[in-house]
Order: sequence, then structure tokens, then C-alpha cells
Amino acid sequence: MSRHVVCPAAELPPGARKVVLVDGREIGVFNVEGRLHALLNRCPHGGAAICAGVVTGLSQSSGPGDYRLERRGEFLRCPWHGWEFDMATGQSWCDPRRTKVRSFEVKLEAGSDLVMGPYVAERYPVTVEDAYIVVDL
Amino acid sequence: MNAPFIEQKARQTFAVVDCDIHPAHRTPGELLPYLEPRWREHYETHGVHVRQALPSALMYPRMMAGGMRADSLPEKGGPAGSDLDLLRKQHLDPVDVEFGLLMALSKGGMEERNPGLAAALSRATNDWQIDRWVREEPRLRAGIVVPQEFPEAAVAEIERCAGDRRYVQIMLSSRPSDPLGHRRYWPIYEAAERAGLPIGLHPVGYNGGHPSTGSGWPTFYLQEHYVFVACMEALASSLIIEGVFERFPKLKVVLVEGGFGWAPALAWRMDKHFEKFRKEVPHLKRRPSEYLREHIWWTTQPIEEPAQSRHIVEIIDWIGWDRLLYSSDYPHWDYDNPSFAFKFPMTEAQRRMIFRDNAMALYRLA
Repeated sequence: MSRHVVCPAAELPPGARKVVLVDGREIGVFNVEGRLHALLNRCPHGGAAICAGVVTGLSQSSGPGDYRLERRGEFLRCPWHGWEFDMATGQSWCDPRRTKVRSFEVKLEAGSDLVMGPYVAERYPVTVEDAYIVVDL
Repeated sequence: MNAPFIEQKARQTFAVVDCDIHPAHRTPGELLPYLEPRWREHYETHGVHVRQALPSALMYPRMMAGGMRADSLPEKGGPAGSDLDLLRKQHLDPVDVEFGLLMALSKGGMEERNPGLAAALSRATNDWQIDRWVREEPRLRAGIVVPQEFPEAAVAEIERCAGDRRYVQIMLSSRPSDPLGHRRYWPIYEAAERAGLPIGLHPVGYNGGHPSTGSGWPTFYLQEHYVFVACMEALASSLIIEGVFERFPKLKVVLVEGGFGWAPALAWRMDKHFEKFRKEVPHLKRRPSEYLREHIWWTTQPIEEPAQSRHIVEIIDWIGWDRLLYSSDYPHWDYDNPSFAFKFPMTEAQRRMIFRDNAMALYRLA
């Protein structure tokens, strides 16, 4: 496993997303209300660049006539066929048994930790004062 | 949203032929320069008169960006499918499309009620396909749009275009006024056979005319998406049982975007009753399934995805691997990428037939 600094935290405020190239792989990093997610930018169902999709919730129903939107902001909907994936786990909601988009561990780390640790910085010179978003591959 | 760094590369080892690409108008007035002055004035004064209340409205809200791939809106403006550069960048180049067949659905005169305007819009749409798309991008081929409810004018349009090999088929709407086997459409088939061009039937989402199912209008978009199947079944059985293929033995029909999993069931059902009802349809010399297998081709998108992928293989074995034609439906939301969409095992020979060779032969592409 290698760790990669993708950007300063200030570049990815809540609601923002960024597609970055990490170790030759396109990875979408999302900040959804402060929660960070990192997903491979490839839909396992149809091959779309999935990180262009809408961040959404789940439409749930207990029967005809009932309609609720739940778990808002926890799902990414593919821009082609609309398959929905749980952003925290990468699990498909359409075919959970067989289909999963590759997800990666992503977190916020202090610059002071980064310059001392065994990290691989991608495109960003790390300074001690700032916080950074780091992806594990 | 950042632009992706890596454009997706084709995974297949050969170029493909895509039998369903939808070109769109950049602006509402895009066809005006291609209309004769009399019809330009009519169009600007009265607009079009298709069989629905709001000519540009979709009856069933689509789940995706008005029915389009959510990533297919051109940065320079205009609707999805209106930007040739984006078509090249998102589809023709990365998927390695050798030939792409245009299916011009918008305002082409297929459903227009005014006979003169229907003919004029068809001429304009055909000239527009060549001028805006095929001339600029030699990988593309046009389909002749005809005013299908006015067969005499449709024949004139086929004859006007047919000598030009950049037109490779004749397009008919799958929501005609009568089932397409009806004799009033036969002049169109006669002209198609004479020109050596296949007929391509593509579904349309109109909210007027006949209800899209035999038992009325669907409630949900998921239902409407499925009724393309019922509609194609009705048209295939009409063409077969009313004797079109007996009368025009060289006619070839491509069912676009209507699925193919249902083909064996329809054929078995028609065959089962054929012997008993022979006296009613003495013009049929062979079993219905024989006409179906000899005269009908099928495009693949949206490919069926059964849990047991071998079930698709069994159906294709029945239909014939030489009858399926790859199609993407770009830029619509249910786009099929050739490297990802086909989740069942194929030999290299079968793959080549579906993705390229069948279409090359049927449409005489070169």
C-alpha cells in the first residue's frame, strides 16, 4: 500500500470533487458534507467515467404511494445507466452481490505529519502549516 | 468537475460499426437553411405539427439529463449529440468506430401531419445529415428519413437520395399510423428493394398517436422503455403476416433498439398457429419464423443482461450470430460501450460478426 497526497484540504471544500491521477489511475475524490470518499473513476457495470455522476440519496418505498429519499449524499449515480453506488464502500445498489466500484481509503492529514512520514506526494509540495487530503492505494 | 485525464481506450482488437448514433440540432432553427423558402416560411410561422401536444416534450421524464448521458452535454453549448467534435472525442475515437450510422430522429417528417411539410422536413433532414455530419466526418453514414405516412412522397425522397452511397438505409418510425405491413406502405418497400437499401425501424417516444401499448398509455418511464419491445413485436408480425416479405423477397429490415430476446417466443407462437390458420393467409408460402430469420436483423443496444449470461447465448444461437449488429445509442443515457456492455462469452469469430462484419455486409459499407 502506498499513500499519496492529492491536494491541500482547502482545495476540496464540502460539495467539491476532484478527479486526480494517482499512480497511473484516475481517482475521484469527493467531499460530501465533510466526509471524504475516493473512488476509481470507472463504472464496473458499463465503463463510464463514474465520477462525473450526481451525488444523491436512495429512493425508498414501503409500498405503492409511499416515497422517501433517504441517506442523502451517500450515493453516486453513474452518468450513463444510472447505477447507484454507496460512496463509503463502493458497493452497487443495483447488483450488490456482484458489482462494486473500487474505493480507496482517504483522509485528512496534517502537513507536519506528512513531511515526516513515508508518503508519496502527488503533484503537491507539502508544507507543515496546511492540512492535506491523502489517498491510500 | 475536473476533466478526466485518461480517455477510455477501446479494448477490442478491431474497429467496430455502430448502427445507432443520434445527431441533434444545435439550435431550433438548424434545419431552416435546408428548407425551400416556401416551407421555411411555413415552419417559422406555424412550426411543426407532429401527433403530440408539445412537439419537443418528452412524455416520460427520463432519469438522466433529459434522456442523455449526463457527461454528453457539449461545453460549447447546444444539446447532447449536437457537437461533432465531442462525438469524436467521447465515442468515435476511443471506441474505434470504423463506420457510424446516423439515426436522425428530430423533426425529420416521419410523424409530421402536414404532407407538404413532412416531405420538406425529410429532404432538409437528409441534406443536413450529409452537410453537417457525413461530409465533415467520413466515418459517419446517413439514413434516409422519409415522410412515411405519405408513401408517394416517401418514394420520391428515397429515389432522390438512393444513388448516393453515403445513405445506407431508409429509416421508418416504429409508431406509424397503421401497422407497417399494411399495403399502403408497400410502395416504400418496393423502392427500398429497388434501391438495395435495408429499412431501419427505430422507436420514438411520442405522446400522441396510438397509445404506445395495446392496452393504453404506460404510467412510468420504466414501462415506456419496455414498450419498445411490444411495439417491435407488433411491427415484425405485421410485416411477416401481411405478406411484405413474400411480395418483396429481397427486403431487409433492421429492428433498432427493440431488443432481441423476444424473437424466438414470437416466432414459436406464430408458427404454432400457422398451420391451422393457413386458409386465412394463403399468401404466406412459408412458416412465419422463416421470414423472420431470413429478413430481419437486430441491433444490440440496450443489450439484455440476464443473471445467467448463457441465456443470451442460447437466444443468439437461435436467431443466428450473423443477424446481430452492434449499436451504442450515443448520446442517450442507456449507451452501450462495446468493451463493457456484452457480459456473455463470445468466440473471436462471433465477436467480429456482431461488432463489425454483419453490418459491413448488410449495409455494404466500404
